[in-house]
Amino acid sequence: MNFDKELNARGLSCPLPIVKTKKALVDMTSGQILKVISTDTGSVKDMAAFAEQTGNALVAQEEVGGEFVFYMKKG
Amino acid sequence: MAKKMAIIATKGTLDMAYPPFILGSTAAALGYDVQIFFTFYGLQLLRKDLSDVKISPLANPAMPMPVPMPVMVQMLPGMESMATMMMKQKLAKHGVASLEELRDLCLEADVKFVACQMTVDLFEFDKSEFIDNVEYGGAATFMSFAGDTDICLFV
Repeated sequence: MNFDKELNARGLSCPLPIVKTKKALVDMTSGQILKVISTDTGSVKDMAAFAEQTGNALVAQEEVGGEFVFYMKKG
Repeated sequence: MAKKMAIIATKGTLDMAYPPFILGSTAAALGYDVQIFFTFYGLQLLRKDLSDVKISPLANPAMPMPVPMPVMVQMLPGMESMATMMMKQKLAKHGVASLEELRDLCLEADVKFVACQMTVDLFEFDKSEFIDNVEYGGAATFMSFAGDTDICLFV
């Protein structure tokens, strides 16, 4: 999947993947896609909750070799 | 209009220092307007230097220990520093941010810190030891924000 920016959140625990995702989205424009890579199992539910509450769209997610990859479209 | 969250932080130990900063930084990331009111031992979390924020196994029977440790041993000098060091190593190993980092993230996200004036005076805290970006106020100051919040927590 195409993306405009990538955030490496490997090795970080709650709440850092969420807080850093928010920070990464700040200087992006509406419709752009942020790819986030996390190793925090809690981030699976948290990223969905983040998207739901902030008006951004979690357009795709996958698990690759123990890592969680999220594609967040800025709202 | 943005949702609001208010937290009262009353504890100054390493474990209890985390929830206000974790919830505060997360809520701010979700678009909440956040205020944390620091009172009693929670005031320790406003000091520029957080190295005195410690954890003790004493009177903390739920704390997971690598080996069972009788209370008589937990009382020995140095046990508190050792427990604090071990806890910090564990936090770092799991990629949990330090208190300083979480506090900075809160400030960066415009989380408002209010120190309880009464307890600052009571414990004779020196305000110059606190970080900047702290406002001072009392219970009524807290109510004026808390009365209008969606989430209000006491830690």
